Amino acid sequence: MADQNTTAVYTPPAERPYPGPHWVTEKISSLVLTPNTPIEWLIVFGLTFMGTGVLLIAITWLLIRGIGIWGVNIPIAWGFAIVNFVWWIGIGHAGTLISAILLLLHQAWRQSINRFAEAMTLFAVMCAGMFPLLHLGRPWFFYWLAPYPNTMGLWPQWRSPLIWDVFAVSTYFTISLVFWYVGLIPDLATFRDKAKHRVTQVIYGLMAMGWRGSAYHWQRYEEAYLILAGLATPLVVSVHTVVSFDFTIAILPGWHSTIFPPYFVAGAIYSGFAMVLTLAIPLREVYGLKELITMRHLDNMAKLLLATGVIVLYSYVDEAFIAYYSGNVYERFEIVNRMFGPYGWVYWLLILTNLVIPQIMWSSRMRKSVAAIFVVALSVDVGMWLERFVIVVVSLHRDFLPSIWGMYIPTIWDWATFAGSIALFVTLFLLFFRLLPPISMFEIKKVLHQPEVSARP
Amino acid sequence: MNAKPIYGLLAEFKEPEKLVEIATRARESGYRRIDGFSPYPVDGLAEALGSHHTKIPVIALAGGLTGGLGGYFMLYSSSVAFYPINVAGRPFHSWPMFIPITFELTILFSGLFTAIGMLALNGLPKPHHPVFALPQFSLATDDRFFFCIEARDPSFDEEKCRAFLNQFDPVGVYAVDET
Repeated sequence: MADQNTTAVYTPPAERPYPGPHWVTEKISSLVLTPNTPIEWLIVFGLTFMGTGVLLIAITWLLIRGIGIWGVNIPIAWGFAIVNFVWWIGIGHAGTLISAILLLLHQAWRQSINRFAEAMTLFAVMCAGMFPLLHLGRPWFFYWLAPYPNTMGLWPQWRSPLIWDVFAVSTYFTISLVFWYVGLIPDLATFRDKAKHRVTQVIYGLMAMGWRGSAYHWQRYEEAYLILAGLATPLVVSVHTVVSFDFTIAILPGWHSTIFPPYFVAGAIYSGFAMVLTLAIPLREVYGLKELITMRHLDNMAKLLLATGVIVLYSYVDEAFIAYYSGNVYERFEIVNRMFGPYGWVYWLLILTNLVIPQIMWSSRMRKSVAAIFVVALSVDVGMWLERFVIVVVSLHRDFLPSIWGMYIPTIWDWATFAGSIALFVTLFLLFFRLLPPISMFEIKKVLHQPEVSARP
Repeated sequence: MNAKPIYGLLAEFKEPEKLVEIATRARESGYRRIDGFSPYPVDGLAEALGSHHTKIPVIALAGGLTGGLGGYFMLYSSSVAFYPINVAGRPFHSWPMFIPITFELTILFSGLFTAIGMLALNGLPKPHHPVFALPQFSLATDDRFFFCIEARDPSFDEEKCRAFLNQFDPVGVYAVDET
C-alpha cells in the first residue's frame, strides 16, 4: 500500500544508480556547502535586497509621518495593511498544513516539499505580523497588546477578536518555528559532519546541539515530532478562523457571515499551496531538484489547489445566495455593489484569476505542464490578494448610510510597503535556501528505505 | 591494557536491519547499556533495545494543561477579579469570548513543553560526546549505522564484546576512549 506510494515518489535518474541515503546527503548538502552560488540566486537576491530597502524607507516614513501617508481614511480605515496581513497569513498556512496534516495522513510525498514550505510559512507570517503593527498608528506601543502587569493597571480587551489575533498569530509563529527547527536538527547534524570549513562546522554544530542519531533519541524525536504535528493541525485551522473573526464579529454587511471561518481557512490553504508552487517550480529548475520534487509532487499540489479552489468557489456562491435569501436590504445591496459598484472590476478580475483560470487544472494534460501549473499558481496568488481587497475595502466603502460612503485609493506608500514585504519575503527565503538544508534529508532517506523496512516480518 | 578508560565499543554497519538484529541478540545476551546510531529513524530499533515508551506524551499533556488552565486563569482573573471594567454591560465572566485565547495558549504551551522536553530527555544540547571522537562516526549522519556497547555495561568485557560484535559481519569494530 504505502510502499507502492513511496517507491513512486522518487524516480531515480536513468543514468545514475538508485538513490540511496548517501545520494540524498550529497545532493542536498552540495546545494548549501558549496562556495559556488548560482548566478540566478545572486541576481534575484540583489533585486529583492534592494526591494527590502524600499520597505525600510516606507516604514521609516510611516514612523515619521503616521499612517496618513497611506490611503486609509474614514470610512475605509482598514486598507492595504489588513489586506496584506490576511493575504500573507493565508500564504503562511500551506507550510504547516503540508508538514503536519500530510504527516499525520502518512502522505510520504510531502517529504520533498515540507522543509521549504515550513520556511515559507515562517517568512510569510513575519511579513503578515508586520502589517497590523504598522497599522496601529503608534506602532512603538505595540507591547500594550501583551498581557503584563503594568503601572497603568490596564489589560488587553479579551472580548475583542483583535487580541485573539495577537495570540493566534504569535502562537502560530512560535509553534511553526519550533516544528521547523525540530525538523532541522538531524539535518543540521549531517551538515556539521559534512562541512569542510571549521567555521561552518562550528555553526552547524551549535545549531545541531550535539545530535548523534541515537536510537533512544530518535524514538523520543519521532514521538515529539508527531505530537507537534498533531498540535499544529488544529492550529492551522484556528489561526485563519480567528482572522476571519476580525471581520465576521462585526455587523457590517459583507463581513457578518457565518461562512467566514471555513471559507477563510480554505482560501488560506489555496493561496498557500499556490505560493509553494510559485517558489518550488523556479527552484527545482535552477537547482536541478527534479528527482526530488517530481512531477508527481506538482501534480498532487495542483490537485489540492483545485480542491481548495472549489471550496472557495462554493463560498462565493454561498455569500451571494445568503445575501439574496436573507432578504436584508443592506446585504443585498452589498453584493450588488461588490459586483457592479465602483470596485466591480476588482471583483470580476478576482473571479477570473481565482476561479476561472485554475479550472484548467481539471485537465491531466495541463497538470503535466510545469508552465501551466506555474501560471495557475501565480494567478491564484493574485486572485487571493484581490479577494482580501474585496472583503476589506469593498465591504467598508459603502455600508448603511450613503452619507458616509467613500472611496479608497492606495498611495505610493501603500504600494511600496506591499511590494517591499514581497521583497523581504523572497530575500529571507533565498537566504534560507542558501544556508540551511532546503529539503528534509533524513525523512527522504527513511522513505527511500521504507519498502525494505516494512517488508521485514 | 588501555591507558585511558574506554567509553565503549562501536561496530559499523551498512544496513539498518543489522542494528535491529544485533540489538535483539545483545539484549538476549544480557547487555543493557547498548545503543544504536543511525542517520534516520530505524523502525523497531528502540523497541529492540528495550525502550518501549517515552515520557513525551505525558509532557505534552502537562504543557497543554498548564497553558489551558493558566490561560483561562489569566483571562478570568484580569477581567473578573483584578480589573473588571463594565463595557456595554457585558458580563465580566464572558467565557465564550475567552475560548480562543485559552485554546491558543493550550497549544502553545503543549508544543513548547513537547519540544523542550524532547531535547531535555535526550540530554541535548550536548556538544561533546565520546563517540564524536571516532572519525568514522561522521558517517552516522550520512548512510552508516553504528551499534555501541558501553563500557558501563555490567557484563562488559572488551574481548568478549568484540567477538560478539564481529559475529554480525561489521565494516569495522572500534574502541572509543572515554573523554
